[in-house]
Amino acid sequence: MKSSLVNMVLSLGTVTIVAAALLAGVYSVTEEPIEAAKLSKQVEAVKAVTPAFDNDPVSEAVELTPSGESVALKVFPARKEGKLVGAAIESYSSAGFSGDIRLIYGFDAEGNITGFAVMEHAETPGLGAKMDEWFRSPEGHRNVIGLNPATSNLTVSKDGGDVDAITAATITSRAFLDALNRAHDVFAQLSAQQ
Amino acid sequence: MIEYISIIITAIFVNNIVFAQFLGICPFLGVSRKLSSATGMGAAVAFVMVLATAVTWLLQDLVLTPFGLGFMQTIVFILVIAALVQMLEIILKKIAPVLYSALGVFLPLITTNCAVLGVAIEVTRKGYNLGESIVYAFAIAVGFTMAISIFAGIREQLALTSVPKAMRGVPIALICAGLLAMAFMGFSGIKIG
Amino acid sequence: MNAKLKILYNGIIAENPAFVLLLGMCPTLGTTGSAMNGMSMGLATMGVLICSNVVISMIKNFVPAKVHIPAYIVVIATFVSVLQLVMQAYLPALYATLGIFIPLIVVNCILLGRAESFASRHNVFDSFLDGIGIGLGFTVALTILGAMREFLGTGCIFGAQIYPETYGSLLFVLAPGAFIALGLLIALFTKIRTKNA
Repeated sequence: MKSSLVNMVLSLGTVTIVAAALLAGVYSVTEEPIEAAKLSKQVEAVKAVTPAFDNDPVSEAVELTPSGESVALKVFPARKEGKLVGAAIESYSSAGFSGDIRLIYGFDAEGNITGFAVMEHAETPGLGAKMDEWFRSPEGHRNVIGLNPATSNLTVSKDGGDVDAITAATITSRAFLDALNRAHDVFAQLSAQQ
Repeated sequence: MIEYISIIITAIFVNNIVFAQFLGICPFLGVSRKLSSATGMGAAVAFVMVLATAVTWLLQDLVLTPFGLGFMQTIVFILVIAALVQMLEIILKKIAPVLYSALGVFLPLITTNCAVLGVAIEVTRKGYNLGESIVYAFAIAVGFTMAISIFAGIREQLALTSVPKAMRGVPIALICAGLLAMAFMGFSGIKIG
Repeated sequence: MNAKLKILYNGIIAENPAFVLLLGMCPTLGTTGSAMNGMSMGLATMGVLICSNVVISMIKNFVPAKVHIPAYIVVIATFVSVLQLVMQAYLPALYATLGIFIPLIVVNCILLGRAESFASRHNVFDSFLDGIGIGLGFTVALTILGAMREFLGTGCIFGAQIYPETYGSLLFVLAPGAFIALGLLIALFTKIRTKNA
């Protein structure tokens, strides 16, 4: 087809308008599922790491800042019959090998660790799954579940702590524990408020 | 200041656009037979990348985010980049013919260089401010130029080497790129600030 | 050979986008850490390619020559955005894994290349077949590369353990392995093709 200003503007205009309309349509259909999908990952993780609760931790989430730092962490308080039975805390560490790692840690009312879930990391592929396995394993001093950061020294044994680092991934292990201690600091603030 | 230095070092070495992020592979393989054209391509990419990142960042911040049009990001960014490259070509031809003769041939190739769009999207995902975005874009371009220049130097030598028939050309070049990527992995874990 | 079959054969073997034409190298290298990821990326690209091929072939006679590239880019970008939204809604985990390579389908040279060299010159049905052929070729290439890297790196294929992970060479899952594995596969593909020819 020969190009003239009129038909160029007309055809491009039509294509763009149709495209925009289609996109707006798809957006309005997918908007809700996208929100739901984002939430469900958090909800699942919170449920997996905290003791049984009967409230809605996600809608009651508050932000608390670890002492001496500027970035606030998200805290999901778990309550049963109105009493605080624990909390899930979304924490992070920049001490990893490449980029931040993000995890959700769960604590019971006394501050004992009840669980954790890796949300995001940019370490060597496979290390996310490795973290998930290692720090629950009953072998040696790997397990952190049931420990309380207030009474145990949760750093890697190389640094004089009570936890064995993942073989050949000391830096990632340090980051994991760094994020854990950050989460516990915030948890201590939360339980002090109650 | 320290944040900027950290961004620069990370973007050039640790997260090198070619060797760690796998963006801009087409020009990396396509325009790396000669060192001179490789550096030319690098310069053109630097020019467009900084400009495109600044423009798309402003668009994202002033138009897309306030009006809740985040879902239009891909379509808006690619059109802006395509238009920008066209305009740049016309303007350079008029006001800077010397620069145009040096970079001109590479400009049309840049629209489909995924590194430009990639960096524009990346800075919005990382939540950088305008200054950080521009510094990041420039550093990424420096990393790209470095990668493509080193690679071109190797390929110039490679052209004189006898290589098994099936491996000639792209396959052996890719394996060299793999070895280079391995060398760049040595930078990972570096942290500043 | 049947002309319609020929279009399919052409896309998968003779003009395989990743192994022969060397197009779309960024996702080819960037998303093939596992067979599953490679296949997903291939299918996502194929979906967009089929849609854009069909639409471009439908509108080719209404778009003036001077603005056909911008018009094609808009069509491709629209389908990519639709894909982004749908994946975010229904496959959020996969969307997070493939990351930036999903929006970057827009600048995948395969799409604009097929629009220019095929869809703008052929009828709708042939363009649809071309989309399937080239898309399948790309998917097969990415799946093979992903499977090779996953197998050498972790001892799995599609997550099924074939030999113990400790014997794997993690290098192949990491960045350098992508380049090396692709180089070897292209060499192998060239060897097979030249022998048959």
